[in-house]
Amino acid sequence: MSWIALKMLTGNRGKYLGIILGIAFASLLIAQQASIFCGLMLQTSGQIRDIQGASIWVMDPNVQFSDDVKPLSENDLYRVRGVSGVSWAVRLYKGLTRSRLEDGNFQQTILLGLDDATLVGAPPKMIKGSVFDLRKPDAVIMDLEGYQLLWPGEEPLVGKRFEMNDHVAEIVGICKASRTFQTFPVVYTRYTQALDFVPPERKVLSFILAEPSEGLSVDEVCKRIQTQTGMRAMTGTQFEWVTMKYFMQKTGIPFNFGITVALGFIVGTAIAAQTFYLFTIENIKQYGALKAMGAGNWTLMGMILLQAMLVSLIGFGLGIGAATWFGKIATAPGSRLAFYMAPEVFVGTGLAVGVISILSSLLSMQRVMVVEPAVVFQG
Amino acid sequence: MNGDKSKPLISCHDVKKIYGSGNAEVHALRGVNLDVYPGEITMLVGPSGCGKTTLLSVIAGILKPTSGSVVALGSELTKLTSWRRTNFRRTNVGFVFQQFNLLPALTAAENAAVPLVIQGYTKRAALAESRKLLTQMGMGDRMSNLPGQLSGGQQQRVAIARALVHHPHLLVCDEPTSALDAKTGHTILEILRSIAIEGDRAVVIVTHDSRIFEFADTLARMDDGHIVSLEREHRGHEKEEALSA
Ligand SMILES: Nc1ncnc2c1ncn2[C@@H]1O[C@H](COP(=O)(O)OP(=O)(O)O)[C@@H](O)[C@H]1O
Ligand SMILES: [Mg+2]
Repeated sequence: MSWIALKMLTGNRGKYLGIILGIAFASLLIAQQASIFCGLMLQTSGQIRDIQGASIWVMDPNVQFSDDVKPLSENDLYRVRGVSGVSWAVRLYKGLTRSRLEDGNFQQTILLGLDDATLVGAPPKMIKGSVFDLRKPDAVIMDLEGYQLLWPGEEPLVGKRFEMNDHVAEIVGICKASRTFQTFPVVYTRYTQALDFVPPERKVLSFILAEPSEGLSVDEVCKRIQTQTGMRAMTGTQFEWVTMKYFMQKTGIPFNFGITVALGFIVGTAIAAQTFYLFTIENIKQYGALKAMGAGNWTLMGMILLQAMLVSLIGFGLGIGAATWFGKIATAPGSRLAFYMAPEVFVGTGLAVGVISILSSLLSMQRVMVVEPAVVFQG
Repeated sequence: MNGDKSKPLISCHDVKKIYGSGNAEVHALRGVNLDVYPGEITMLVGPSGCGKTTLLSVIAGILKPTSGSVVALGSELTKLTSWRRTNFRRTNVGFVFQQFNLLPALTAAENAAVPLVIQGYTKRAALAESRKLLTQMGMGDRMSNLPGQLSGGQQQRVAIARALVHHPHLLVCDEPTSALDAKTGHTILEILRSIAIEGDRAVVIVTHDSRIFEFADTLARMDDGHIVSLEREHRGHEKEEALSA
């Protein structure tokens, strides 16, 4: 009977396409909005991912997310180094400063100061220049998108100069960095150099990056640091999640996207269910005839389920395809849109479409269940 | 099946059917007795609303009467569960509808194959049978056409092929000629008569097309839920001729 079910469905081009479009629209909206949400969340924690080379982040216990810097004292660094199981621990400065360009314009800039000796946390992907050029006086490395923001349309050049805190900085390298939530340029420099680029403050140590000794687990060492120093220690991934959870809980972002996703689901269900139901109603006499000829209720329900599954699968494919295509544009070089289609988005959209198709077919099944075969002789 | 033409294939006894309830009650059948014989055409005729379609539906096992007994092929239809009645129809009944009721998305051959598909035949096997039958009915060159591309008479032939493809004992037809012109209607009735005689099948036809009354072996005239007269012609001789021809 399945081929009959499929022919009945595809025989009615208009309705067939209508149902598919309804489901495709729903999948597109759900997947695209959820992916933008994931992309934004990734942006909030991108700075953490970009600092590599150490397994453990140590911070003030009141830090809520990666930009929520609560400075530590130099003494804290020595206390962490004193914890048994810590192989090494180095400074990291992270702060905001203002860049001044030749034309006098200002631009907020994220400044990262890396340990002078080891440069732990240096950018993983250099486009121009070398990390080791940071050893030169006044040297900084800037991320490509930041460069393009400061000097739009210019070919990125090593040797370019600008000022931070009335102090000249010279770009010795261009790197790739994750997009930040605020889309400010990211500037890497040495820790001691960074102190020149910001107004004087009493405490300047933002984070401590540490590595466990050979043979010890990261979790174990984190625990030791916490109990012995009272500071908070966690892995980079954990810190990413802390940051993302902060943004999820403390901002309206998830709620706003949630509304759009829910709307996509409701509108998609409404369109798909209604069109599918109308399609079944239109064919009700055909189902009646099949019933009269001896097709049982289970057979007919199977036919409807099959039809619903086919349109759902095609609609889902089209919707996800369109969302992916949108994502390609959104993440193309030069674009500043956030988009990340997490596997969970794919699976979640699939489940949503599954629910839509079940809801749509339930109505139709109910209608076909109650139709009396005797309708075939009426009218 | 049974060569005994004196024994009815279906016997209705004191069949009553009431639609609705309370003030909206409609007494569609008020106690009908009727025997339907194999190898014959039984016609139910009478004014509109007299209960012909209702009686046909009861005989075909798609409608449960309010009371009375319907014995078909040895089993009491009114006592069967709905699932068993569905099974009964699947194997024993072929349907021909007034508006043909073909599935518009299926070709002629596919439409005629539907009852076999319902019985669980593969598409290929079912199509082989339906093609054979359509060829016999002079529709060999129309097998891949959709119903919308066929004339009324051609569609009705497809519908008859569909009603026959699974070799049922009973054929029920509701107004099979009302959508056709007189000449085509005549041809369709000739096909139905030969089906009844050659296949030893019971053919029950509801009609108010008096031009085809002449094809009836049994003519049951109905009025207001009753059978008011029953004419049974004895055509044994004629039948034997047709069989030996
Ligand atoms: N499903 C139904 N519900 C209520 N009344 C019905 C239904 N089907 C038929 N009737 C009524 O039963 C009577 C007999 O109908 P029917 O058997 O269709 O007559 P015929 O086929 O002779 O025109 C009519 O009065 C009709 O209105
Ligand atoms: Mg009628």
